[in-house]
Amino acid sequence: MVATHIVESEAPMLDKELDANDLDANNLAEAETTNVDPAKKSTKITSEDIDVYYGEKQALFGINLDIPENSVTSLIGPSGCGKSTYLRCINRMNDVIDICRVSGTIKIDGNDIYDPALDVVELRARIGMVFQKPNPFPKSIYDNIAYGPRIHGLTENKDELDELVESSLVKAGLWKEVKDRLAGPGTGLSGGQQQRLCIARAIATKPEVILMDEPCSALDPIATATIEELIDELRRNYTIVIVTHSMQQAARVSQKTAFFHLGKIIEEGETTQIFTNPQNEKTQDYITGRFG
Amino acid sequence: MTTEHIVTSYEDELASLDSKIAQMGGLTETLIAQSFDALRKGDVAIANNVILDDAKIDEFELEIEDQAVTMIARRQPMALDLRQIMVAIKITSDLERIGDLGKNIAKRVLSIHSEIQPSQLMHGMKSMQDLALSQLKDVLDAYAERNTEKALAVWRGDEEIDAIYNSLFRELLTYMMEDPRNIGLCTHLLFCAKNLERIGDHTTNIAENVHYLVLGTNINEARPKGDNTSRMLINQDD
Repeated sequence: MVATHIVESEAPMLDKELDANDLDANNLAEAETTNVDPAKKSTKITSEDIDVYYGEKQALFGINLDIPENSVTSLIGPSGCGKSTYLRCINRMNDVIDICRVSGTIKIDGNDIYDPALDVVELRARIGMVFQKPNPFPKSIYDNIAYGPRIHGLTENKDELDELVESSLVKAGLWKEVKDRLAGPGTGLSGGQQQRLCIARAIATKPEVILMDEPCSALDPIATATIEELIDELRRNYTIVIVTHSMQQAARVSQKTAFFHLGKIIEEGETTQIFTNPQNEKTQDYITGRFG
Repeated sequence: MTTEHIVTSYEDELASLDSKIAQMGGLTETLIAQSFDALRKGDVAIANNVILDDAKIDEFELEIEDQAVTMIARRQPMALDLRQIMVAIKITSDLERIGDLGKNIAKRVLSIHSEIQPSQLMHGMKSMQDLALSQLKDVLDAYAERNTEKALAVWRGDEEIDAIYNSLFRELLTYMMEDPRNIGLCTHLLFCAKNLERIGDHTTNIAENVHYLVLGTNINEARPKGDNTSRMLINQDD
C-alpha cells in the first residue's frame, strides 16, 4: 500500500482513470469548480498602470494585472524584478516606506484601495499577509490568533473569541497539534507550525485576500507540502496571491501565473500554459533556468 | 536559437538526448533499408542481420527512456525542456516500433526467400519502401533541425504511402485469386506492405511530436487518412 499524498490534489490526478467511473455528480461539480479556468473566474483585484518609485529609482513600470477570485495567482521572476513590491501594493504596505511612491489604480471588488478616504487599517484586515520567515508575536499561541480580532473588535465576548481562535487554527490545519498548548509561546513551535500559525493569524481577521511572500522558503519539504495542501484548501474561500522563487511551487499551487522581469510583467496566463508552453522567450528562459 | 542553460550539465544532457535519438534514428533507417533489400533479393543473410540489429534499437529505447526519467527526476524540466524530454520518450517508442516492423519484414524473408517474386509486385513494394524511408529520413531531419515545415510536409505526405498500399492490396488479392498457389507468398507480401504502411503511420506520429516540441501545440488539421483497405472487398468478377 502506498501512503497517500500530503497534497490531496495530487492523488486524484494520479488515480484519475481508476476513479473516472465512480465520480458522481457532486464530485464532478466540485472538480469543475476547483479546476475552473482562471480566466472564467470573476476578478477580485484589478491593477491598472501601477508605477512604483523608491526615491528616484523606478521599481515597477505600468503593471496591469487581473487577479481572479477564489484562486491562487503566483508571481514569479528573478530577485529584484518587482514581484514583492507589487504584492506590497495590494495591502498598501509600501505606504510605510517614506521614499516609496505608488501611482496607478488597484481596485478590490471595484473599490479603489488608494482612495484617500479609505481606512488602511481596515483594508489590511481584509487583506491578510504571510511573510517569508514565520514571524509569530512573542505571545501565546492563543494570543497570536486573538490579537487581530481584538484590535478590530471582531468578537463580542470570550466565547466568540475562543471559537474564532479554534476555527482559524482548524482552517490552518494546526488545531490538532496545538489544542493542548494554546497558552504556550508561539515561538516554541517548529518552523512549519509557526508558518501555519501565521496563516491562522491572517485568517482570524476574516480577510478576503491572502498575500504570501515566499511562505515556504524557510521550510523543509514536508512542512512545504503541508502549507501547499493548506493553500489548496484555502483557495476555495480566499483569493490568494503568492510570490515564490520555486517554479515548481508556482506550477503546483497556482491557477494563474505572472512573470515579472525588471519591473514589468512579461507574461501572464494560465499556470499550465506558462509552464508547458510559455509564449515569451524571456519567460521560457527564466523558467527553464537559462538566465538568472 | 534558444540561449543555453546556466547549468552546463543540464545542457549537455539535453544535447545527449538529441544525439542518441539521431543515432537511434540512423540505425532504424538502415534497418528498414536492409529489410527491404533482403526481401527484394530473397537474401537470408541480410534478413538475419536485420533481426540481430533490431536488438540494438531496443537497447537505445531503454537507454533513452532511462535518461529521460532520470532527467525528469533530477531537473524537474519546464516548458521547452519538458516538451523535449516528453517528445524524446514518444519518438523513441515510435522508432522502436518501426524497428520491430522492419524486423518482421526480415522474418518473412526467411519463409518466402525461395519463392519467385513477381517483379511487378516488387516494383510497387519498392516505391512504397522508398517513400516510407524518405519520409522517415525527413522526419528525423525535421526533429534535428526543429523544423515544423518539414514535419508538416511529412505528416501530409503519409497519404501517398497509403495510396500505394491501397493499390498493392488490390494487386495482391488479384494475384491470389488468379492462382491459389500464390496465396502463401502474397499473404506474406501483404503483411510486408502493411508493415511499410504502419511505418508511415509511426513516422507521422513523430512529425506530430516535432510540431508539438517546437510550437507547444498539436497540428491543427484533420489527418489525411488514406488507408482504405479495411473497407475493401474484391469480387472475382471485378
